[in-house]
Amino acid sequence: MIEHRPAELLIDVLAGMLEGLAHVAVGAASPIPGAAALLARERAGGRLRISLLGSERHNPFTDGNVELFDCAAQGRIDVFFLGGGQIDGRADINLVGVGGYPESRVRWPGSFGSAYMYFLVPRVILFRQEHTPRVLVPKVEFVSAPGTSPAQVYRPGGPHALVTGRCVFAFDRDRGRFRLQSVHPGHGVEEVVANTGFEFELPAAVPETPAPSPETLALIRGPVGAATAETYPRFAAEVLAIGAGDRPAAARA
Amino acid sequence: MVGTGTVEELAGRVPDGASVALAPDYSGCAVAVVRALIRRGARDLHLIGVPQLGFQADLLIGAGCVRGLEAAAVTLGEEGAAPRFVAAIKAGTIEIRDSTCPAIHAGLHAAEKGLPFMPLRGVLGSDLVRHRPDWQIIDNPFAEDDPILLVPAIRPDVALFHAALADGQGNVWIGVRRELMRMAHAARITLVSVEEIIDDDLLADDRTAAGTVPALYVTAIAEARRGAWPVGLRHCYPADREHLRRYAGLARSNTGFARYLDELMLESVAAE
Repeated sequence: MIEHRPAELLIDVLAGMLEGLAHVAVGAASPIPGAAALLARERAGGRLRISLLGSERHNPFTDGNVELFDCAAQGRIDVFFLGGGQIDGRADINLVGVGGYPESRVRWPGSFGSAYMYFLVPRVILFRQEHTPRVLVPKVEFVSAPGTSPAQVYRPGGPHALVTGRCVFAFDRDRGRFRLQSVHPGHGVEEVVANTGFEFELPAAVPETPAPSPETLALIRGPVGAATAETYPRFAAEVLAIGAGDRPAAARA
Repeated sequence: MVGTGTVEELAGRVPDGASVALAPDYSGCAVAVVRALIRRGARDLHLIGVPQLGFQADLLIGAGCVRGLEAAAVTLGEEGAAPRFVAAIKAGTIEIRDSTCPAIHAGLHAAEKGLPFMPLRGVLGSDLVRHRPDWQIIDNPFAEDDPILLVPAIRPDVALFHAALADGQGNVWIGVRRELMRMAHAARITLVSVEEIIDDDLLADDRTAAGTVPALYVTAIAEARRGAWPVGLRHCYPADREHLRRYAGLARSNTGFARYLDELMLESVAAE
């Protein structure tokens, strides 16, 4: 077995959640979800449409940055990724800050399109690499976007799963809570429990997240990494060890 | 008639206290004009991110030009947090109206149609609504039991952006960056810096006309080569990542930002 980097496992896990879908969109500042979308498209033989914001080559929109949201509202986007400085057990997310509002001791960039996309995209995958009690909290301090809504609120979309650096949680929308689905290689269930600030359903047996196959690693270290470098040069260089010089000619053109 | 001039003259058309719509770092950033605004000591600006803000806003906040802002986010992207924004929030020295991307687009959309507000899906139950007394929730009058958000029109005093080309009549080519078109439609005046002013008529050929802001929305233009630097401009030049990274480091402290500003202003006076 070939050793994999933690980021490569996460790219593989997220890509697996895109299988069989028609259109994935990835927001700004999301290198691992972006790479996962590129990997899923590679595996689907190009049949997956991907829209990476912030990319010139992998962004089909011609109506400006509102088009992503219009597209989502019409149901033309199947899956989207969101993160959060804080995420709680009801899948509420906080992208604004902690320690007071509007004067925040710790201020993050802001809610971006989360308060909209979370409602309208059928499958929203929460992704946050840091899995600690300060991120996965009992209750977020500021709700950028709620995980669940009352029945009368128009909401075709919502959370599907939460992927962290330690594990995968599935979200049960009817019960409004997470269930531990798998734990990444090298990590354990007790460690997940100790580092999660919210309550979640813990099955009697929790499988290990499958490690990426040699074929997958070859894709990530080849065309997927090169394509990722167009939008995320720093991530590609520092995390995947792919520099501009490694890019195939097609990616440089 | 569209005025032409220097970036200093564009900056001179932005009154203190104006609301100014700015593009995000991946779109058309008029950074040369922003530097000129700082040189002229602009004050009390209210920035509107379309829909988010980046380097331009952080510079203006650090230089003391900003009273408040409305945006879906403020960030330097891969270079991390916008340090002067974060410091100002912590210190409570700027007013923030946190928003979400489509709410800003909807507000501008209302303004360009001359409408008082626009309904918007989603957002209900977000704390954004609690902190935005100007947003309202109504029952959809066309359906039963269907609450929906209304956001008021956003009519900026000024739309300020940078683009690749303008022609002698003041038509500005923006390509697919249609948020710049929306900003121009919605704002009272529109100020544009461009890489180059060309002799051709951009409206004469549909291939360029389709991506062109007609001069009727444009108040004044200025030629500014590499006018977005250190931010990039689509299909013209990439962002100067090394510069932005250095900025992100220096701007973490007041003294580091002051040093950056001194160096930058000295350099840019010579260049602009």
